[in-house]
Amino acid sequence: MSTVTMNGQQIEVNEEGYMKDPSQWSKEWANQVAAEHEITLTDKHFEVLNWLREKQAEGVALNIRKVGKSGLVDIKQFYALFPGGPLKVSSKIAGIPKPVSCV
Amino acid sequence: MNETLNKEAVTSNVAAPAKKKEDTVKKVVIICSKGTIEDVYAALIMANGALADGRDAKMFFTFFGLDAITTSKADHLHTATVGNPAFMPSMPTMVGGLPGFEKFASYMMKKQMDKLDIPNVTEFIEMIDAGGGEIYACKLAADMFKLEKEDFLPEVKDIITVADMYALADGEGSHFIFI
Repeated sequence: MSTVTMNGQQIEVNEEGYMKDPSQWSKEWANQVAAEHEITLTDKHFEVLNWLREKQAEGVALNIRKVGKSGLVDIKQFYALFPGGPLKVSSKIAGIPKPVSCV
Repeated sequence: MNETLNKEAVTSNVAAPAKKKEDTVKKVVIICSKGTIEDVYAALIMANGALADGRDAKMFFTFFGLDAITTSKADHLHTATVGNPAFMPSMPTMVGGLPGFEKFASYMMKKQMDKLDIPNVTEFIEMIDAGGGEIYACKLAADMFKLEKEDFLPEVKDIITVADMYALADGEGSHFIFI
């Protein structure tokens, strides 16, 4: 585990770069991590990220299927927004733990 | 050990996980030759899991596996209650052969999967297609069972030969999984 400093704030991340404490999340974090995945965030991205953060806070076990039923994006759009493993990548950008679902 | 990095160093630290660099499994070609619930789901879960993890996935259905992509059968797959020693081992084999028992066992299995938020077969195939996975039927088996393109789910891209199936695996980091 290590910490990164962003805007003078210490952010704890795990060995894969996932944020430990979702409350430390900021738009700056999102943009930075997205850039590392060669993604430029749009309003649509943020809608999905906010939805993920809300559901995670509610204790919902997230999976791609649930995102597809969120009414925000369908599964195809989700893959297009976050290439390279949509839930894995979006969770990292959203500052929530890496998904553990197999479905 | 904690290390504090300045903002310039963030990129190298938080960047794509180390896994990315050494990732050698880039593509899976999954051949499904069986038509029981558990075998078909194993194939679907592995294909979908590969896509969800940023890998490429192709599926090739052959022999009884074709049931999984045949529109009239896909959501009505069964599990074997006879000749399956792992299924309720304390139950006499003859009970498994009673009329309706297999249907009941299959129903219970699907109900259990639904609880775990596992979609039914047709929805699963839609998910794999939406994730960029490709689904094919085996020509020889389709000929044998007298199945045409229109008998299959709309996500089935084509009916292909063994040679075409091998071509799907073209490229580095490609792996076969046979079920």
